[in-house]
Amino acid sequence: MKQLLLGDEAFALGTINAGLSGAYAYPGTPSTEIMEFVQSNPVAKERGVHSHWSSNEKTAMEEALGMSFCGKRAFTSMKHVGLNVAADPFVNSAMTGANGGLLVVAADDPGMHSSQNEQDSRFYADFAMIPALEPSNQQEAYDMASYGFGLSEKLNIPVLFRFVTRLSHSRAVVEVDDAPADENSVSYPKNARQWVLMPAVSKVRNRQLIADMEEFVKASEKSPFNRYEEAPRHEIGIVASGIAYNYLKEAFSGNVPFPTVKVSQYPLPKKLIKQLYDSCDSLLVLEEGQPFIESRLRGLLDVGKKIYGKLSGDVVRDGELTPDDVKATMAKIAPAISGIKNVEKKSVSEKVVARPPALCQGCGHRDVYCALNEALESYVNPKVFGDIGCYTLGFLKPFNAIDTVVDMGASITMAKGAADAGQHPAVAIIGDSTFTHSGMTGLLDAINENSPITVIISDNLTTGMTGGQDSQGTGKLEEICLGLGASPMHVRTIDSLPKNHDEMVRLFKEEIEYQGLSVIISRRECIQTARRHASAKKS
Amino acid sequence: MKTDIILAGVGGQGILTIATILGAAALKENLYLKQAEVHGMSQRGGDVQSNLRISSDPIHSDLIPYGSADLIVSLEPMEALRYVPYLSKEGWIVTNTNPFVNIDNYPEMEEVESELQDCGNVVAFNMDDTAKSLMSPRSSNMVLLGAASPFIDLKTEEIELAISNLFAKKGEKIVESNIGAFRAGRKYTEDLLKSRPLKS
Repeated sequence: MKQLLLGDEAFALGTINAGLSGAYAYPGTPSTEIMEFVQSNPVAKERGVHSHWSSNEKTAMEEALGMSFCGKRAFTSMKHVGLNVAADPFVNSAMTGANGGLLVVAADDPGMHSSQNEQDSRFYADFAMIPALEPSNQQEAYDMASYGFGLSEKLNIPVLFRFVTRLSHSRAVVEVDDAPADENSVSYPKNARQWVLMPAVSKVRNRQLIADMEEFVKASEKSPFNRYEEAPRHEIGIVASGIAYNYLKEAFSGNVPFPTVKVSQYPLPKKLIKQLYDSCDSLLVLEEGQPFIESRLRGLLDVGKKIYGKLSGDVVRDGELTPDDVKATMAKIAPAISGIKNVEKKSVSEKVVARPPALCQGCGHRDVYCALNEALESYVNPKVFGDIGCYTLGFLKPFNAIDTVVDMGASITMAKGAADAGQHPAVAIIGDSTFTHSGMTGLLDAINENSPITVIISDNLTTGMTGGQDSQGTGKLEEICLGLGASPMHVRTIDSLPKNHDEMVRLFKEEIEYQGLSVIISRRECIQTARRHASAKKS
Repeated sequence: MKTDIILAGVGGQGILTIATILGAAALKENLYLKQAEVHGMSQRGGDVQSNLRISSDPIHSDLIPYGSADLIVSLEPMEALRYVPYLSKEGWIVTNTNPFVNIDNYPEMEEVESELQDCGNVVAFNMDDTAKSLMSPRSSNMVLLGAASPFIDLKTEEIELAISNLFAKKGEKIVESNIGAFRAGRKYTEDLLKSRPLKS
């Protein structure tokens, strides 16, 4: 059966058809649609496959690991920076190993369409000693789900999936199975001791894991997703991974004149790459993201045959890779043999100006920033510590309202650190979903020291930026703050509406003047989800 | 057969709906398709684009290389101009001329229009007006799809069927108004091409 699916959706359907029992995730572009697909899939619903959003990526990873412990197949999906949050359980899951198949999807965002950095998740798999799969296309994203579960169960290890934006958010026709496979029944790990990571156990397990790496490499060398493709011109041999392989094929209209090793499974298939190295005069590495493969092939000493890549300056180092980038590299390193001369690029008309994203009209975050800016007018050096979400756009005009944005939850803790340094006013602004993701623990720090900071939780009752997923703290933010020990006098709530502007300004001023910790919960439903709820009611 | 299309507009205008419809029609005709789109922060009133490739042969890249798009299909005139470097020499631009002004440095409209006309193969008209005149002000994107459809190698009845299926749950009236908008757009381009034949 053929279906038109996003890469995210193809993977999700692949897992369901391979007997998935649990999906665990926190929303994050470009990974969100994986979980959303499971939530709306009829088979998953009928089977009661777990698909409730988790509070953050760490809790999601641990929940998935718990399901794997019981022998069932599970995945956790997140954006690349989410893997930083889940890094502790991720790295340690290599030590416990997997029982039921366990897949960890990290969706990278090269080009930073909706992210704060370009980190490449393959490095995580490498240092955790976990095999990784990097689909080249939507069909592979589907096929690799079942293959990945099998690999995970065979090698008793979680498997990382590295997605990128142009796989996650690109649709293609995918051939899918007609009927889903059965779920695993409950079974416990044969190596039960291994799941208790105390030093005496870990020392033994670590040696085993190091020894297992040889098996992981062999699995890559035999993988149906890695292959050596012969071609007539041996001046250059090409190693192309993931979607970079597609751009290589595109640049040559399908007929690449150079032998190529396609890489979609890690650790790197040493035999295939050695064969390429031995038969070619030089190597070119094409990979989207950071120079992961290239740095391993080149090594510190860079002795041996010439290697072209990002580190040598022959492939563009940052941003998304494109077919045009591959052509530009060919035009630079081998114009005559490749037949690709200069890449002609017309420039964009000077009339075209940037159109940055903006907060929606009718969004409560707007009212918060208008009031906050007015409340801070009379201070010499007010600092506002922002966070990750739609309200990050408060940095742009007309608000120009925030001074820092770093990672999920950093608003509260950085405001506290700044207050420790003597900063006043120190204001933190954080959304409801980000607060329950990573803000609560930082708030506890600030409460315990009664830090003179003002925390504004701009509550829109949803996870807005990623399209309106359930927010885990909805309806209980006041209780959470009070439960953590915030003073009831200084946990205050207001509806962020234009008509409340003056009252908001007054409230902000009062709490900024208070020389201790205060939390202001300013609340208004996200205009996007409000519209959706209204039209759902109508129909 | 191969048609590479860049769909452009401003977040929220409805270009992904066009992509969904063409995707369904292409699947029905058993063609290969790749369609890259953008989600997340970039959708909040910023510029959005989607690369849509339809072909009778397998497609390698999700992204269209420079100078090779057959069509730029845009709901907004300045957004159409943004992607001109991707257009092939024989390619066509089909665009709404009604500007979406949500920035304070939006260029003079006359300059935008004259740059568009300089591109050669252009179908440009106020599609919001067309939609309004049909008493269906929210279907400008279907007017655009109709206006672009003569350049896309898909059967008109398959596109119309995909429109019907997509809007079916919203009721017969909504289906009819969207089909009407599609046909009005298509007629505009067909009339224009009568005086200026399509490339062979």
